[in-house]
Amino acid sequence: MQFNQPAGDNLFDNARLIGRPTPRIDGPLKVSGQAPYAYERHDAAEGQLVGYPVVSTIAQGRITGMDTSAAEAAPGVIGVVTTLEVGEMPTPSGMHTAPLFGGAEVWHYHQAIAVVVAESFEQARAAAALVKVDYDVTKGSFDLEAVWQQKKDDNSEPVARVGDFETAYQAAEVTLDQEYRTPSHSHAMMEPHASIAEWQDGKLTVWTSNQMIEWGRQSLATTLEMDADDIRVDSPYIGGGFGAKLFLRADAVMAALAARKLQRAVKVMLPRPMVMNNTTHRASTIQRIRIGAQADGKITAIAHEAISHTLPGGSGEDAVDQTRKFYAGDNRLIVKHLAEMHLPEANAMRAPGEASGLMALEIAMDEMAEKLGMDPVEFRTVNDTQVDPENPDRTFSDRHFVECLRQGAEAFGWVSRNTTPGGMRDGQWLIGHGVAGAYRGGPATTSGARVRLQDTGRIIVETDMTDIGTGSYTILAQTVAETMGVDLDAVEVRLGDSDFPVSAGSGGQWGAASSTAGAYAACIALREQIAERLRVNDPETLSFANGAVNAGEKQVTLASLAADGELVAEDSISFGDFRDEQVVSTFAAHFVELGVHVGTGEIRLRRMLAACDAGRILNPVTARSQVIGGMVMGVGAAMMEEMAIDTGRGYFPAHDLAGYEVPVHMDIPSQEVIFLDTVDPASSPLKAKGVGELGLCGVAAAVANAVYNATGVRVRSYPMTLDKYLDQLPAV
Amino acid sequence: MRQFSYERAIDPAQAAARAAEVEGAKFIAGGTNLLDLMKLEIETPVHLIDVNGLGLDEITETDEGGLRIGALVRNTALAADERIRRDYPVLTRALVAGASGQLRNKATTAGNLLQRTRCPYFYDTAQPCNKRAPGSGCAALSKGAFSRQLGIIGTSEACIATHPSDMAVGMRALDAVVETITPTGLTRSVPLEEFHLLPGDTPERENVLMPGEMITAVALPAPVGGVHKYHKVRDRASYAFALVSVALIRQPDGTGSVALGGVAPKPWRSVEADAELPNGAEAVMARLLNGARPTEENAFKITLATRTLAAMLAEE
Repeated sequence: MQFNQPAGDNLFDNARLIGRPTPRIDGPLKVSGQAPYAYERHDAAEGQLVGYPVVSTIAQGRITGMDTSAAEAAPGVIGVVTTLEVGEMPTPSGMHTAPLFGGAEVWHYHQAIAVVVAESFEQARAAAALVKVDYDVTKGSFDLEAVWQQKKDDNSEPVARVGDFETAYQAAEVTLDQEYRTPSHSHAMMEPHASIAEWQDGKLTVWTSNQMIEWGRQSLATTLEMDADDIRVDSPYIGGGFGAKLFLRADAVMAALAARKLQRAVKVMLPRPMVMNNTTHRASTIQRIRIGAQADGKITAIAHEAISHTLPGGSGEDAVDQTRKFYAGDNRLIVKHLAEMHLPEANAMRAPGEASGLMALEIAMDEMAEKLGMDPVEFRTVNDTQVDPENPDRTFSDRHFVECLRQGAEAFGWVSRNTTPGGMRDGQWLIGHGVAGAYRGGPATTSGARVRLQDTGRIIVETDMTDIGTGSYTILAQTVAETMGVDLDAVEVRLGDSDFPVSAGSGGQWGAASSTAGAYAACIALREQIAERLRVNDPETLSFANGAVNAGEKQVTLASLAADGELVAEDSISFGDFRDEQVVSTFAAHFVELGVHVGTGEIRLRRMLAACDAGRILNPVTARSQVIGGMVMGVGAAMMEEMAIDTGRGYFPAHDLAGYEVPVHMDIPSQEVIFLDTVDPASSPLKAKGVGELGLCGVAAAVANAVYNATGVRVRSYPMTLDKYLDQLPAV
Repeated sequence: MRQFSYERAIDPAQAAARAAEVEGAKFIAGGTNLLDLMKLEIETPVHLIDVNGLGLDEITETDEGGLRIGALVRNTALAADERIRRDYPVLTRALVAGASGQLRNKATTAGNLLQRTRCPYFYDTAQPCNKRAPGSGCAALSKGAFSRQLGIIGTSEACIATHPSDMAVGMRALDAVVETITPTGLTRSVPLEEFHLLPGDTPERENVLMPGEMITAVALPAPVGGVHKYHKVRDRASYAFALVSVALIRQPDGTGSVALGGVAPKPWRSVEADAELPNGAEAVMARLLNGARPTEENAFKITLATRTLAAMLAEE
């Protein structure tokens, strides 16, 4: 199915199931421990061995020798595969940056360099510690500040330049010029990377935890130099990903190599420290923002310049991207720098770019509002735009950011807050309120599905779409049940298997909009087949309800149509160019109330509220879960999450969940989410957009702005740990 | 984790004797720290002596009017004990500020005192660490290192690790005494003040226990009264090690005792600093943290300790 023009009125406008609060259909399996996650798929392959990774202990250099003799002689060990014996393997283009395995070159700390395989996990782990490695160390540079000092103000290759920023900024009545810093973040999802691999007759099956099944399959094919058709990837349940599982990772490669060498099924999990340093993370950034405005608050000039670290060949963190679209202003300058460093690989993490960029931009907006003497909600409202500021001929498909601000402010009671920084106390707590805007694109991409109508009337939908905790199972069941006129429990959803049609996968908050459209396309193909069976020329004249199809006077149950064998239909949605001719995006406003302890500087949140504009909300239950989860992640980014860099050794030393703190229950107060009642016909047939990344965007800045309101101290470096402002707090 | 053998001890004297007899043996009780360290091969005992069956899990009254806390009393049970809550509330408050409910259910009184530092370089066997591998150097003191959590006082050129316990900080404010049994069956009492050693140039030696010597109890003196408080400051609201923690016992006349956690290789207190309590937080910390040698990243702990105590004194 081609989606070549905005959706007109369709069945989703009078929906029974789409848009209704629906608990997740996979919930019972998950809470009863029966959903099979990658490492626990004991039945998937017989005689599984366990591989434990050996990882590099230098940041950059070459391996000059490896001695595996003691490991191979250790109890229970079946074999060892080393990076030297495998040699360099091709790295897929446009995916991950660092080699996952193979060759002598060390690109980063904790790069996988061997896997020790034994009968038990304990034996493999003990033996792995016996592998001896010699290195030639190359001295690297890991100091982003130093590179920033060299590169800042170099505007020779801007990402975008509109009008004359410099002149307009000079002429502006009110200006701001500040630097902001965001640290590296770990995805820190609950389930670490894990894979089981088995070879049979030259064909490889990998049971794994991966957000993008087809990317994973193709990357495996490239890496192992084999035909993708000889590879099956299966990942029905995923314990969180946040981007860490977008790409093939070392667990799957090591499992495949070891299984091939040993001719046994092998499973490999990355222990938590390896999640931090072996896999990917969100790069740290330094950002400079300049804003010039008229006295009435209209922005006339805006510049956003940012640097982030990356391995050679990577693209770093695109912290400037949202600034190109979010606010109006005739004169604009956008500059992005990269600092090549042999830290572990920087790559996509939930809301890549916007999460870091809005942490800076939305403090800058707060600072500007104060300089102008304006309410920060009003300042943002004044600078709303309904067109692409870089290209005013291009309009937003559906943008209600101002309504997010207004509805959010009203529900939160924004107007009654204290507006004098440091002016509100509750015992030893300084009380503050903050607001921030949120912007995140609403992409959609080709997505396929297959539907199978059974003689029982049940419908099975199969797609390699993944559910990373987001609710894909449920919204796909809702979509199919809606389109085919059956009850929700008449639909069975099968996901994450590369034997199924290729979907959009989960990433970039494109999954929900794309995959439901793909399932809808497959259902329409099934409805066409049914029309043919019934000798009805125009499928549009059929109506589907209560497990039956009505063709004029005639009513036939779906079950009877499949009496002689299941009906199978498959299709894929593809999105036409018209979609990109507009700006399809999602918007939100975040409001936060918190206390800062006047003595210790500890921050304790009191309440949070998000008002979101993301088109039709397919399922308010799972969408709300996405948004509140994002808000929690934003609180972490504001208050504690930091992969501090040892700039001498070139790695992240705090590499476990004791050192890398994420919020606990006590950190999270009441959370309220408002979804605006909007639809975006340009987005998909369901007029829906994603919310999974929107929920994170801007949250940290709302916290930061509330800390300023509470204390009168402006902190421009995340996380906002107390050491950064303690000495500026008033006396106890 | 390396392979190890295992036995259950029958009585304290026998446990201590066995520990001295088998080279590379260690006691195991709750295992909440030791097992983690064994998995990472930071601890590599060849033999474990399980002391859980020794019956040292009672809290009894002493002749001096205090309490004797058996070595195996779980943190949860200790925190919940009615006598502790009534007469030594700083200890309950310190205990429940530590770890999580699940860990406190397993963790024992003696094990809590013996837990190892949480310095990230101690935890990474690929890095130099004088505590883990004597003579290898201190990664935390090298240029560019991450030292925000680490110690500011009582540290040395060889090691700037802190002792992570909250319980011990509360006990230190209470003048607790550690009771032990040696491999020859002798018992001795060591004031908690003298129990932990400063690192000097032997940071691998963390306490005064001799090979095989086992903690049997911690004794608390008779209740001292006063108002008891414990404020643990951290980046998140729960389940994190202290940036700084302050135990405060304050009498109606303004005198009392102050002990700090998160700043030193042992719970940090001095009688000279206690004497300054009537003069306020600045005066106490000027004494207590005199001679501190923080890194650039953790110098804030001095301000934080002072402000935390000031807030605790102000809220009365």
